[in-house]
Amino acid sequence: MAFIKIDGLRKVYDGGFEALKGVDLEIEEGEILALLGPNGAGKTTLISTICGMTTPTAGSVTVGGHDIIRDWRAARSLIGLVPQEINIEPFTEVRRAVAFSRGLFGLKRNDAHVDDVLRRLSLTDKADSKIMQLSGGMKRRVLIAKALAHEPRVLFLDEPTAGVDVELRKSMWETVAELKKQGVTIILTTHYIEEAEAIADRIAVINKGEILLVERKDALMKRLGRKRLVVELQHKADALPDSLVRDGLALSEDGLSITYDYDTQAERTGITRLLQDLSGAGLTLRDLQTRQSSLEDIFVGLVAEQEQEGAA
Amino acid sequence: MNLLGVKAIYMAEMSRFFRTVLQSFVSPVISTSLYFVVFGSAIGSRIDQVEGVSYGAFIVPGLIMLTVMTQGLANASFGIYFPKFTGTIYEHLSAPVNFLEMVLGYVGAAATKALFIGLIILATATFFVEVQIQHPLAMLAFLILTCTSFALFGFIIGIWAQNFEQLQLIPLLIVTPLVFLGGSFYSVSMLPPFWQTVTHFNPVLYLISGFRWSFYGLADVPVAMSLAAIALFTAICLAVIWWIFRTGWRLRD
Ligand SMILES: Nc1ncnc2c1ncn2[C@@H]1O[C@H](COP(=O)(O)OP(=O)(O)OP(=O)(O)O)[C@@H](O)[C@H]1O
Ligand SMILES: [Mg+2]
Repeated sequence: MAFIKIDGLRKVYDGGFEALKGVDLEIEEGEILALLGPNGAGKTTLISTICGMTTPTAGSVTVGGHDIIRDWRAARSLIGLVPQEINIEPFTEVRRAVAFSRGLFGLKRNDAHVDDVLRRLSLTDKADSKIMQLSGGMKRRVLIAKALAHEPRVLFLDEPTAGVDVELRKSMWETVAELKKQGVTIILTTHYIEEAEAIADRIAVINKGEILLVERKDALMKRLGRKRLVVELQHKADALPDSLVRDGLALSEDGLSITYDYDTQAERTGITRLLQDLSGAGLTLRDLQTRQSSLEDIFVGLVAEQEQEGAA
Repeated sequence: MNLLGVKAIYMAEMSRFFRTVLQSFVSPVISTSLYFVVFGSAIGSRIDQVEGVSYGAFIVPGLIMLTVMTQGLANASFGIYFPKFTGTIYEHLSAPVNFLEMVLGYVGAAATKALFIGLIILATATFFVEVQIQHPLAMLAFLILTCTSFALFGFIIGIWAQNFEQLQLIPLLIVTPLVFLGGSFYSVSMLPPFWQTVTHFNPVLYLISGFRWSFYGLADVPVAMSLAAIALFTAICLAVIWWIFRTGWRLRD
């Protein structure tokens, strides 16, 4: 049974714009799901709808078995939210802001927990500073601290590392990993593909309000682990010589290049053999290049594909 | 019922109040004192007595009402407008708090502040004039009800307002005139008959009249009618707020 179950979720904004077009998505307890998509894809809308800031037009969402509409109190108690915008009252002190969030969720005051959250986010030094005295990256960490104050089972992070320096980004990833260890389910949106690669268990790609792909990261990475060798020929070849025929090898239509797909992780890539066979077959090489596809390629490819379908 | 949530909102609002203690407490004391100097001494020396009460003492209830209404309204409207403006309202909307709990927190705090200020003005007034309170319980009840109902009204304005101008608009254009014309500084019987009739359409008259009765036993309208008016006003505000939270109007997309 999935911890979060999204079923046919649609959102049409007041102006008539359909930001979510029937999203189905299941998220397992304790996993980290990265939600990738271009600007305006509907990531924030999806999160806002699950968390209660936006009312769904159709469809349903359950969190921990609780429907977000019928059983909203129980559902929301499980959720911590870190919004995309830095929305935070400037005149309060850090510790007070974090303690407030805990109270708002109906939990008893617990200074030890609040201090622990502050420590985990390296905010201990700033605990008594006013929010307005903090840097942007620190404010973002306060938002995370506020979201963790009520010990949520699910954490939504809407672009937590936008405008955050490399070091801090790494430390946020560590925080996320630590939360995962405690069994917290994490959904994060990001524009940094390497971020998804670094911490996600599964990756979902969303564009124009539709989920285009949901796949385990390792499966995706396996696809990415493949490399392509492109051999450009000096002279046009009409057909592949028999000595060259093998898996993953193809002659281009114009007969001017040969492509060879291989697995970089495999024990033998077969490149040495191929190069020997190429010269054995008497082909003259003009140039060689290798190319590794990335998550970005898959992502861009998917989005472009959808765009074309839309245009057709 | 998420009582700890209510407490969190209430305390956060109150702490904002105490952070600006000078503005919150000192300024009403100063402005009240000025009213006594101007109205009580300058004008009072000519008016002398209203229905057997010295003019200075006569205006005390009206002055308290005037301040409590504007303060309750301003505090509550700003209290809920501010998180909308800064965007921090996301936290309330995604927390397990319902409309009643939000209202208890925000309106409760705004009403408490207004009540404090009302009592401070009362205390200040005793330095200038001899104040008599014939019905202390009724006085407190009227005061609390007025603070609460105007805070409720302010809460609605704060949710409705989409910029700071709108936030000031209703208090400025409607509430302040109604309060001034509702007999804060005079007895309705002092007006010509036509204006007496007009004044009876002013809901604020009923509140001030009832409140003044609890001090001096003097009323422009029957006390029961004052109570009914304030109860009606409170009920309307509550109904509107209930509707706002049901539909998410100006709060949820
Ligand atoms: N309150 C609103 N009213 C009308 N349309 C909206 C509203 N909020 C968002 N939209 C529209 O819905 C679409 C999805 O927006 P959303 O904020 O969910 O995108 P996103 O994937 O989070 O983008 P980004 O990566 O830029 O944060 C956009 O086209 C946006 O213009
Ligand atoms: Mg977004």
